[in-house]
Amino acid sequence: MIEASHLTKIFKDKKRGEIRAVDDVSFTCRPGQIYGLLGANGAGKTTTLRLLATLLRPTSGFATVCGHDVATAANEVRANAGFLAASTALYGRLTAREMITYFGRLNSLNDSEIKARLRHLADELDMHEFLDRRCDKFSTGMKQKTSIARTLIHDPAVMIFDEPTLGLDVMTARSIVQFVRECRNRGKTVIYSTHVMSEVEKLCDVIGIIHGGRLVAEGTRPVLQERFGEKDMEEIFVKAAGGEAALVAALNR
Amino acid sequence: MNGKHIVTVYLKELKDSLRDRRTLISMIVIPTLIIPLLIFGVTTVMTRVMKQAHDEATSVIVINGAGSPAMVAALKADKKFRVIAPTDDYKQLISDKKVRVAVEIPKDFEASLKSGEHAVVTIYHYEGELKSGMGAGELERFFRAWRDKTVASRLTGRGLPASLVDPFDVKRENVAPPEKVGGNAFGGFIPYIIIILCFTGAMYPAMDLTAGEKERGTMETLLCSPVSRINIVIGKFLMVLTASVTTIFLAMLSMAASAAIGIMSLGGSARQLAAGAKAAGNTIPTIDPLGLLGVVAMVAPVAVLFAAVLLAISLFAKSYKEAQSYVSPLIIVIIMPAMLATLPGIELNARLALVPILNLSLVCKEMLSGVWHWNLIMLIFGSSCFYAGVALAFCVRMFNREDVMFRV
Repeated sequence: MIEASHLTKIFKDKKRGEIRAVDDVSFTCRPGQIYGLLGANGAGKTTTLRLLATLLRPTSGFATVCGHDVATAANEVRANAGFLAASTALYGRLTAREMITYFGRLNSLNDSEIKARLRHLADELDMHEFLDRRCDKFSTGMKQKTSIARTLIHDPAVMIFDEPTLGLDVMTARSIVQFVRECRNRGKTVIYSTHVMSEVEKLCDVIGIIHGGRLVAEGTRPVLQERFGEKDMEEIFVKAAGGEAALVAALNR
Repeated sequence: MNGKHIVTVYLKELKDSLRDRRTLISMIVIPTLIIPLLIFGVTTVMTRVMKQAHDEATSVIVINGAGSPAMVAALKADKKFRVIAPTDDYKQLISDKKVRVAVEIPKDFEASLKSGEHAVVTIYHYEGELKSGMGAGELERFFRAWRDKTVASRLTGRGLPASLVDPFDVKRENVAPPEKVGGNAFGGFIPYIIIILCFTGAMYPAMDLTAGEKERGTMETLLCSPVSRINIVIGKFLMVLTASVTTIFLAMLSMAASAAIGIMSLGGSARQLAAGAKAAGNTIPTIDPLGLLGVVAMVAPVAVLFAAVLLAISLFAKSYKEAQSYVSPLIIVIIMPAMLATLPGIELNARLALVPILNLSLVCKEMLSGVWHWNLIMLIFGSSCFYAGVALAFCVRMFNREDVMFRV
């Protein structure tokens, strides 16, 4: 379970002054559900997810992951969450097995637990063939599978995905989407950020539209369709953001 | 702090670094191969060049030599000289390095010597040019001998003994034991090399483990794990320290081995050299092993200081390249105080004992020459530990700053 309440993150920039990257955002993400955070580039998706993953500290407001406060119990939050983003890369000089084992140890698993879990994940993700090869020689698909195994080694209850399909080929992106769906089916709490409308339509149970750091609309797809009087997700998104002009202005900011 | 997490991070960084070509080169290849090769190679080339310059006959132009045939003949007979036909542009020839030196003697030099008049001999040379300087030295030696001969013949002519102008001899006798001579000779050089190696050994892993990780996107992956930042910092710091210490250790081992091989390959000639030096009353310099141990002990906190500072500075950079531009100029900052200590006249005192790096160089120089100022040694060790602690705390603080970790 993820709960965010009036979550705010302000960055100070010498040239641009105060930037409210996340502004008074509140939402709840339940187990067995995929919460989709939809927003344009620079809308505040990554900052929100980094706040939940305790990589950043909130300026005000609070959030809990599995009941642990992100500000005061960061280690417990990270022990219960798996964070996968386009920016979370692999150690190129380690093999997939070494990489996953390393993160198992960092998650305080003992060697026999890591071995068993690694076998299970390698079976599930079909990784046996490249498990002992160095990550810098991997194809994008192999890298993504290894990253998923790294995220899942400690079997976290909460999964945080920050644009995980960014820059991937169609087949790899499809396998990621399939994997996210499986996480939900296993009862995990999933939060998924993207700017790809089709992914939101395919995957998300609840959609939160974020624009200029603020959560401007939230609900299931039918609820949003009814509220904005549009069927198409893209049209709903543009309307929620305040029209095309507002989106262009935000992108140029 | 969690010891298990620290060890996990450290062992992973060690494995990762041992697979990194750049770290391997700076940690193993440079200290074991390049540095001894450089030191012994440069020394050999220098010795050879000097010997060649020394053995080569000095080309000399004698101005007004026609009036002094005996002196010119003596100069021509001396194998050290090659007399060139006189020309008016001798200064130009010296500047063009075509002739090493020229000597101007009075027109009737030999006649004026016989009549007892005072004469002036002028040697023309090119200041700062090695061969010209050596030639001028040789000419001075020749004319000194000529002068002594003239004095002796004048004394004999007047029935006086030669000892009249040479009433006593001056002799030097060394009282310093060999290790102290070695300490004074190498005392400035050894800590200088150690400080530079300590820094360069830590440089590449420090950049790779921080800015390199940021650039490759693995830093964010690591920070997602439930490990406190302090454990990550300490694990990484220990790896950088390992690289630094290994570099020093391998360099010292390699230099000692090269020196031993050098002596063994010289074999009999080295023994002859030692015997010759002893007979002449000189001492072959050696290094006091206790002094070397002292140097190692004093370098330890400085290695910690370097590792922590390099880690913190590199962490601020977004990429390996940016880290390089921050860290490379630091070598000058390290070299300057280390060099300062090699200058004569700069002696260790309580105030200098608080200046990092300079204090280490000075105390190492003293320890290697067998001087142990315990109060100052404690002060230096204490202050170095304090600086190292502050640097490490600063490093942990930097790791906790999100504007540094996620600098865009």
